[in-house]
Order: sequence, then structure tokens, then C-alpha cells
Amino acid sequence: MRDVAIVAFAQTAHRRRTDELSEVELLMPVLHEVLGATGLRANEIGFTCSGSADYFAGRAFSFTMALDGVGAHPPISESHVEMDGAWALYEAWVKIQTGEADTALVYSYGKSSPGRVRDVLTRQLDPYYLAPLWPDSVALAALQAQALIDAGATDEPALAEVAARNRTAAVGNPHAQLTGDVPAGDYLVRPLRTGDCPPIGDGAAAVVLAAGDTARALCARPAWIRGIDHRIEAHGLGVRDLTDSPSARLAAQRAGAFERPVDTAELHAPFTSQEVVLRKALGLGDDVRVNPSGGALAANPVMAAGLIRLGEAAARIHRGESDRALAHATSGPCLQQNLVAVLEGESTHA
Amino acid sequence: MPKEPVAVVGIGQTKHVAARNDVSIAGLVREAALRALEDAGLTWSDIDAVVIGKAPDFFEGVMMPELYLADALGAVGKPMLRVHTAGSVGGSTALVAAGLVAARVHRTVLTLAFEKQSESNAMWGLSLPVPFQQPLLAGAGGFFAPHVRAYMRRTGAPDEVGSLVAYKDRRNALKNPYAHLHDHGITLEKVRAAPMLWDPIRYSETCPSSDGACAMVLTDRDGAARSPHPPAWVHGGAMRSEPTLFAGKDFVSPQAGKDCAADVYRQARITDPRREIDAVEMYVPFSWYEPMWLENLGFAEEGEGWKLTEAGVTELDGDLPVNPSGGVLSTNPIGASGMIRFAEAALQVRGRAGEHQIDGATRALGHAYGGGAQFFAMWLVGAEPPPG
Repeated sequence: MRDVAIVAFAQTAHRRRTDELSEVELLMPVLHEVLGATGLRANEIGFTCSGSADYFAGRAFSFTMALDGVGAHPPISESHVEMDGAWALYEAWVKIQTGEADTALVYSYGKSSPGRVRDVLTRQLDPYYLAPLWPDSVALAALQAQALIDAGATDEPALAEVAARNRTAAVGNPHAQLTGDVPAGDYLVRPLRTGDCPPIGDGAAAVVLAAGDTARALCARPAWIRGIDHRIEAHGLGVRDLTDSPSARLAAQRAGAFERPVDTAELHAPFTSQEVVLRKALGLGDDVRVNPSGGALAANPVMAAGLIRLGEAAARIHRGESDRALAHATSGPCLQQNLVAVLEGESTHA
Repeated sequence: MPKEPVAVVGIGQTKHVAARNDVSIAGLVREAALRALEDAGLTWSDIDAVVIGKAPDFFEGVMMPELYLADALGAVGKPMLRVHTAGSVGGSTALVAAGLVAARVHRTVLTLAFEKQSESNAMWGLSLPVPFQQPLLAGAGGFFAPHVRAYMRRTGAPDEVGSLVAYKDRRNALKNPYAHLHDHGITLEKVRAAPMLWDPIRYSETCPSSDGACAMVLTDRDGAARSPHPPAWVHGGAMRSEPTLFAGKDFVSPQAGKDCAADVYRQARITDPRREIDAVEMYVPFSWYEPMWLENLGFAEEGEGWKLTEAGVTELDGDLPVNPSGGVLSTNPIGASGMIRFAEAALQVRGRAGEHQIDGATRALGHAYGGGAQFFAMWLVGAEPPPG
């Protein structure tokens, strides 16, 4: 395997609404920021890959306009996943592994504000049996939370502590949408209160990947991707143990996360209860700094929130605040699909 | 370390039709996947990862359908990626899957693309209004017709060239049991007499709306050695994109298409595509795109593509057969159409294309494009492994 690192990361300030901005306008500043950080121009990048979902824009082919923002002329080698940008990063990492590219630009964005995100996400479900019932994302997460409580794995005060810790950490994150002392609030769908749920917001993120010496030339302390893997589970909630995440555990194992302890973990857990599931599946002890950015409970721009976890973990390595970090992204209802990457700073690579 | 050679050892398609009311989306994709596995002599447990593609989710009204399809495609416990690059997606999806094998991340990968257009209405799926932006002119024909007209004006091509392409592709489709349109009574006169939809594009020169899926099993050198049937080998593959709109964009012959073809030929060591390539499966949703892409892909000089079509060079028995399967003009499950081009190219070099087999085909090109003629994906496959 080639050594590949995240060498730059940028994200927007995540906000409840950005009515004044198109998706392209939302994205442009972060594209300029990551390219500026590396000194690379769009046409010097070996491969470009993005992640987004048409259903948030309410139109087909919404990503084609975002490409205009990249400035893809002369033409570029480029692809797109209809997934969170974390999977776009995975596709770019594979491309660099083939040797066909030495650098990659990865970006993703999501505007939840034009629609009702809880309704929109119901369209992800089995279209014949489940989607017609419109079970929304909060209701499905509540099923998972109740299963955890019934299993004795957590209780409501413990969930409130998860929320408080994430949002306290987010005070130090200038991009976060919801920070500080947020009340637990009323029940949204029992047992989840508003405080257990992510904010709804708009945002974008971008990273630059580079291989070997190119990475060293572009970044003082590259965040090396020591392993990356992703796995999916069955769609039907009735055939899954909602208190566990075997796909996250398998992805972490394949990414080498269990070979040595990590000091930091950025988990894509939009609901407090999902952090409980992931901590257990990933074997994270109390000595691991979980979500120093505040995680998805502080800012959850859909389709970018997973890529942001990779970017936040990498940025801590860039700053020397972490030597070995785990980054996680999820997709689908109740953590159906999970991606795990292990990132390291140079000094720990003997 | 050089890339791992990638072999196509299994190919499966559904019979493409206007409406598969007898199966769900899951049933449709499973049918193609099972046929590909059977062709490869493999089972679900031999597959390390699944890469799935389709065109916009609005076509079926299912957001990110890979989540729902994980069970049907045997992906539970495995990695599953969902690619979406507009009309080129079937080709891009195959290339992403090939990349996983080439990079030695996985040894055997199932890749599949589908569209079940009868679940919804593709024209309106493409026509959702966007504030402060020009509406998409109700479907794709309105977008592409002016560029066809520009091609005719630029090259002086006679009006009937488009009809020749449609007549050829529809006759080729009669030899392909999976093709959607099987018009046994077709004549050139009928093609020419069809109503004008978007001048100069007639109804008979447009693609149908199909339900269908296409799947391929890609594997490494060891996997190919165990294959029960001859594999097709990937000699080159590339994607290129350019913006929808920019000053200087040539909609008749986009730079991204030229660059993509040049990259594929460089990888495959092709210096004279017209002589060295035996069959082409080209993405031709409107008939005039055959002569246009003949030029864009380097098979003809600029302004000369229509002369190849007119002279019968691209016929099934011509010396550069284009779309022996009947092409997109005969079968168009949009998200799968690009992968069908890639798969049909592979069938040709495996010698498994049945009645539409080109005798002695050893190198074939699969081509796909999408968006505002801005996304391109191509691969060149051969009967022999790539050198080195």
C-alpha cells in the first residue's frame, strides 16, 4: 500500500440556514481554502471526488453545478459518490493506491434547510414496505436509543451527559453550529429529547490527499491514513441488533484500529445514543478523547458530516494535538453503514 | 509496484423492457447479479465488495438506494460504494470497481448498475425547477438538439445520417436478446417518417425509457485463471469531467471526451484507434451522436465522422462496427446504459456476444457520457492480458 495522507482540511461555518447561498457558493470558499493551503491549483490535482445527495437540493444532478465551482477546465479526472464525502475520500484513496494519481481533492456539502430533513431521510428506506409509512430519522434513532436503555447499556441521564460533553467541546470549534450549555429540552421522540439530536444545518467541507513525499512537501505534519475500510449491514431494522454495530467494528478491525490504542476519536454519531453504540463497538476507553470538535451533535451538515470527522481528526494531527486518531463516518438509518480510518502523525510511524 | 491486471469474468443483464412490473428494484438488480455470478462460476461468498451505480435518485424516488439494496446484492458485512456521475455513471461505476482490484484493495468485486424507470417518470425527474436557474428544458433531447444542429452546420453532414444510425442500431438490436426495442418491421423509410421531436431529432432517433440492470464480476490475475470462460482484460480506463458551462466549451466535441479517449489509448498503447480497435460500444442516446463521437474519440478527423456512418463503416459487417448490441438507441435504463456499453465491449472480446458477435474481435472500446456532455468514462478491453 502507498502511504497516503490528509494534508489539508477546510470547512464552512455550519449554520441553520444559508438561503442567500447556492450549493456552489457554499462550497467555493472551502475549495479555495484547501487549495490555498497546499498551493495547488485545480488542474494540478490528480483526482477529484465529491459526495452529496440530490434529495437535499430537491433536483437531479445537483452535483454537476458544484463541479463548475471547482473550475474543471482543462478537464479533470473526477468522480462523485451519492454518499457522504467520507466515501468520496475512500474512492480517492483507492485511486491513489492504483498509482494513477498522487494527489486528490475531496469535497462534500449538504444544505438541509430547503426541505424538512426528517421527512427527506425517510426516502432512504425500503421503498415498498417502509418508506410509505414515513418513519423519520429521529423516530428510528429513538428505537435504537430505547433498545440500548432496555439492554441496560445507557439511561437518559447518561445520554444527556454525552450531549453536554460534545457541546462543551464544541465551544472551542469556531465552525460549530450548536455549542455550550444546551438544555436537554423536551422529548422529540421518546426517549430522545431535542438535546439528544443533532442541529439541522447547512455546510461544506474539503480535504486534499497526497501520497508519500508529495504529502511531506505540502504539509509540515501530514495525517497518514494507516488504514481505511467501510462495511454495510442489512437494511431491515428487524434483523439487526440495534445495540451493536458489527459493521463499525469490522471496518475498524480492517483499518487496523485495534492494533494499537488511539488517543483521539472523531465519531459521526448524530444522536447521543449512537455514540454509546460506537464507543462499545470500537472499544474506545475513557482515556480516548472522543469528539474534541463537538462531533455531529454540534454540527451535522448531511453528506459532509462524515468527511468533517476525517478532516477534524487530521487537523488535530496537523497541529500536533494527536499522534494516532480514529475517524468514523456513518450512512443510513441507525448506523447501517460505517467507515473507519486510522490516521497517524509521522513521529509515531517507526 | 505496477497495478494488478483486472479481468472481467462474469457479465449479466436483464432483458430490458419498458416496465418490469413483475419485480421490485431489489428483484431486478438481483437478476443481473445472479447471471454475472453464474457466468463467472462464483457465488456470493466469493465477492469481496460491491460497487453500485445509477443515475439520479429521483428516477425511482429512492434516496441512496444502495442502503435498501445491500441485502439483495449480498453486500451485508462487505464494503458497498455508490457512484453517481450522471449518464456516464455505468461506466464510472465499473471503473471504480476496477480500481479496487487494480489497487489490490480487493480481489473480486461485483459491480452493478440499474434503472427502473417505470417506477417514476425520467423526464420530470430531470425537470425539477430550481430557483434562479434555467429549467432543464423538459428532458435531455431539448438540451442536446442544438448541439446536433451545430454539428450538422459545422460539418455539412446531410440530413439523413441520423436516420442511418437509428436504422442500423435497431437492426442490430434484433440480434441481441437483452435489447429493449425489437422492431421486426423496421425500415429506413419508417425511421425517416417518424415525427420530429426536437428538430433535427426525430422520435425514431431517440432512446427508449427502459427498466434494466447490468452486472459484472471483476477479478485479479489469480481469479481470471480460475474463470470457466475466457475473461476480458482491462487495458485502459479513464474518467474526465469538465464544467457544464464555460466560455469556450465545445458542445459538439467536448475536450473532456478527447482527453479521456487519449488517456485510454495511451494506457492501452493504441496509436491508431480506427485500425487497432475491432468494435465500439458508444453511448449514443440520440442518433447523431454516433458521427459526433466518432470524431471526438479519434476514429475520424474533425468533420469526417458522418462519412464513416454514411459509408457503412459502422455497420455490423463494416470495418469499425459501432454498437453491435443495438446500443442506447435500443436499450436505455439510464443508470445502467454506460455499464452495458462496457459489458458489451467485454462480451465481444470474450467471444460471447452471441448473434451480434464481431468475428475475431480482440480489442473493444466501451464509452459513456453524461451531464451536459461533460462527464466521460471509457475503457478498452482485450482478449489477451495487458503486457507486463
